[in-house]
Amino acid sequence: MKTLARIMFGVFALVSVAAFAQDQFATMRSSTPLADNAAPRPMSKPENTDLRQVRNYPEQPPLIPHAIDGYQVDKNSNKCLTCHARAAVADSQAPMVSITHFMNRDNQFLASVTPRRYFCNQCHVPQTDARPLVENTFVDVDKVIDYVKSKEGAK
Amino acid sequence: MSGISRRDVIKAQALAAAAAAAGVAVPASAQNLVTDASLTDLKWSKAACRFCGTGCSIMVATKAGRVVATHGDAESEVNRGLNCVKGYFLSKIMYGSDRLTTPLLRKKNGKFDKDGEFESVSWDEAFDVMAEKWKATLKAKGPKAVGMFGSGQWTVWEGYAASKLMKAGFRSNNIDPNARHCMASAVGGFIRTFGIDEPMGCYDDFEHADAFVVWGANMAEMHPILWTRLADRRLSHPHVKVAVLSTFENRSFDLADIPAVFTPQTDLIIANYVANHIIQSGAVNEEFVSQYVNFRKGAQDIGYGLRPDNPLEMAAANAGSGASEPMSMEEFAEFVKPYTLDYAAEKSGVPKERLQEIAELYADPDRKVMSLWTMGVNQHTRGVWMNNLIYNIHLMTGKISQPGNSPFSLTGQPSACGTAREVGTFSHRLPADLVVKNPEHREIAETIWQLPTGTVPGWVGAHAVLQNRMLKDGEINCYWVQVNNNMQAAPNMMQEGLPGYRNPDNFIVVSDAYPTVTAEAADLVLPTAMWVEKEGAYGNAERRTQFWHQLVSPPEGAMSDMWQVVEFSKRFKTEDVWPEEILNASPNYKGKTLYEVLFANGKVDAYPNDQLSKEYGNHEAEDFGFYIQKGLFEEYAAFGRGHGHDLADFDTYHEVRGLRWPVVNGKETRWRFNGKYDPYVTDGADFKFYGKPDGRAVVFALPYEPPAESPDEEYPFWLSTGRVLEHWHSGSMTQRVPELFKAMPDAVCFMHPDDAEKLGLRRGAGVRIVSRRGEIISRVETRGRNKPPRGLIFVPWFDARQLINKVTLDATDPLSKQTDFKKCAVRIEAA
Repeated sequence: MKTLARIMFGVFALVSVAAFAQDQFATMRSSTPLADNAAPRPMSKPENTDLRQVRNYPEQPPLIPHAIDGYQVDKNSNKCLTCHARAAVADSQAPMVSITHFMNRDNQFLASVTPRRYFCNQCHVPQTDARPLVENTFVDVDKVIDYVKSKEGAK
Repeated sequence: MSGISRRDVIKAQALAAAAAAAGVAVPASAQNLVTDASLTDLKWSKAACRFCGTGCSIMVATKAGRVVATHGDAESEVNRGLNCVKGYFLSKIMYGSDRLTTPLLRKKNGKFDKDGEFESVSWDEAFDVMAEKWKATLKAKGPKAVGMFGSGQWTVWEGYAASKLMKAGFRSNNIDPNARHCMASAVGGFIRTFGIDEPMGCYDDFEHADAFVVWGANMAEMHPILWTRLADRRLSHPHVKVAVLSTFENRSFDLADIPAVFTPQTDLIIANYVANHIIQSGAVNEEFVSQYVNFRKGAQDIGYGLRPDNPLEMAAANAGSGASEPMSMEEFAEFVKPYTLDYAAEKSGVPKERLQEIAELYADPDRKVMSLWTMGVNQHTRGVWMNNLIYNIHLMTGKISQPGNSPFSLTGQPSACGTAREVGTFSHRLPADLVVKNPEHREIAETIWQLPTGTVPGWVGAHAVLQNRMLKDGEINCYWVQVNNNMQAAPNMMQEGLPGYRNPDNFIVVSDAYPTVTAEAADLVLPTAMWVEKEGAYGNAERRTQFWHQLVSPPEGAMSDMWQVVEFSKRFKTEDVWPEEILNASPNYKGKTLYEVLFANGKVDAYPNDQLSKEYGNHEAEDFGFYIQKGLFEEYAAFGRGHGHDLADFDTYHEVRGLRWPVVNGKETRWRFNGKYDPYVTDGADFKFYGKPDGRAVVFALPYEPPAESPDEEYPFWLSTGRVLEHWHSGSMTQRVPELFKAMPDAVCFMHPDDAEKLGLRRGAGVRIVSRRGEIISRVETRGRNKPPRGLIFVPWFDARQLINKVTLDATDPLSKQTDFKKCAVRIEAA
């Protein structure tokens, strides 16, 4: 059980040890000494491709694949629902809000989206074109299953 | 644009992208559905969220030793299946590719050297060097020269073990948590008003209140799941009103019926105006007040918690004084009389009708009101006062300790309550609200800990900001930081923090999972297991204690904070750390290690490993040979049981979705001080504020006093710092999750478009943010989620490349010693 984790970390341990030899090693600061200030990168731009991303796991809220600058989401109006509401998707061809969003705190389905899910951007966020500073070694469950299969002999 | 044509475009783009990214996104048609249960079954276990003080319960899926998914726990009352975006990405926080897996010591020529480069060393070598430094310092300068800085992210037993090692082992109260930066004023408010820490109400209040008043907080981003409960109540029940007060417009204003942007520090005036309005309009609940409330007048002109030679401190008549004297209700009414509507509107900049609407929410006897606050009120040079003033309003109207009537102090960290406060890892505290200054309290601790009388010292140790000053001044020379990133988090980094850590006289140890800014400033870095890589317990803002099992193994080489503390204790004999008079009076402690005295003491090691769950690992128990978490917890729980802080037994917490203390006869307590709900309210009383000897809470007369630093000609802008939704604290976990990083990659300087225009700056322009203490470079944002008024900028502190705490001022509340991160003066220059 421990092996996969060990392998995954092993790969990156090699990279990391080399980095530690430097004096400045706070990964996020890209070698700027603590007392100095590097020039900030240009402001990143919103990704606006409308291309849906593979979720890391089914429960992950989908990322927003388009810009939402200036969208009004307040107690009077929710711009997201003009495309993502149940009744809107024929016109918009946008994905309908998940059926979980119709459930109240007691898991009862309501006639409309539950107010507890009203503020979409608490869970759904757009992406920018910024390049992550550190790689993440999370392993998709499909690859974990492949690993398990390879250990048990392919089925 | 018609929907169909847009759809066609998207399809074409998607095909192209899939072809380009071969091996990343496999087209669905090419995939076979795996149905074999042995392959598709996931092991789901509960855990508390790693982030804020809301304390959501998380379901965590593991397979083959990896976390593969997480989601909100549907069985949890806190969040009922929901998470915020950070919570949904918990699966990835442990998997940043730069996880630390070996201790790293600064070395030159094979030996420790403060100016050397980090080199891998064994745990043995790391502890050897550490122990040598600690022993030499203790011998030369005594217990006041060693210190520890912990966290409201410590699990309960991590904080307990560390506190015990420091206070009983090294006999030093120089241990403080980073919760000092976030909750100390809340604690001060509770102790002063009620004599007992933590909220009387609970999250059930959200479903009962008719009005919510949010004082200087941005719950929509910082407590998103509580905001969902508040939004649910407001939007489902149209009679409910929401007032949001802040020094700048933020996302919480999207739900505000009564929005109020006030001039920094004038919340003191607004709160006193509300009290005055309640009195003037005859809305005082006379019956409640006459039975359950005392009035007192607090000392004024109390300074700003700066270094004693600062002119502001020298000028203060009662620097640091929390003294107060009794007064009558009539005298109190006279005291708040000058806080009229006109005066409040003029000073705060909030229109009169809005102020009046807010006051009326409280004054209306038929409206149940929940007040909510965190950092705006707590990170305030009059933070304790502000906490007191909010309680004043609830006490005078009797709107307290009942479902929906609730002054509710929100918490920033996942176990600021459970560990920092309840375990008492502050420099002045012991578990269960006991304090080191009180000899009887020390005796209780020494009895439970089975230690000789006089072991626990009575001097109040150094708090967070003072620790940095003492490091700079060379007064603390050995210093251990766990589970936090204080170089990035503490104020005035350039004048206090960085010179303190790099002072050649000091040896700094940092335990972390990742190479943070603080780790870079250290001399020794210890690789640390995090979150579900260890068995843990957190206590959230509603007094709910929640447990989780170790769900995956830590990466090879990393160990939990608790393991580090306990293992380190093996390096010390009592002779190394305790004076002769204690050992001569209790010779049976001679020759023993601190490990034997503190941990293998017959109590902590009383639970054998056959009591471990068969389903889960436990790397510390496996190493020490006994169920150490259980032993630490049960010994700790002895402090509070029977004293209003009762915790359930250890095993119960592994079964339930948390319980709110006091847990008496297996039953949790939802509303304290209320006879209907709280078993500690006896004799059939309706209410009893039993933290105070006479059962009465205190209404305090406290005035407006100006902030430590205000904008002037040279530094014309207010600077407020804070968090954003996507990142938690210094971003050491969330910045390593690509989706969260890409959602909010950089800190920006939120400012009013008119201010930007006046300075000739466009959105995206580089700016230098300069204070009397330091500067950073950022970029102007005029269209973002935060909309400051003219004259104020907001810069979040998650970004390791834009260390805004180079700029902030280390002024604190003089009573709570909590920094005011919301107010200092800066100028903006084009970069």
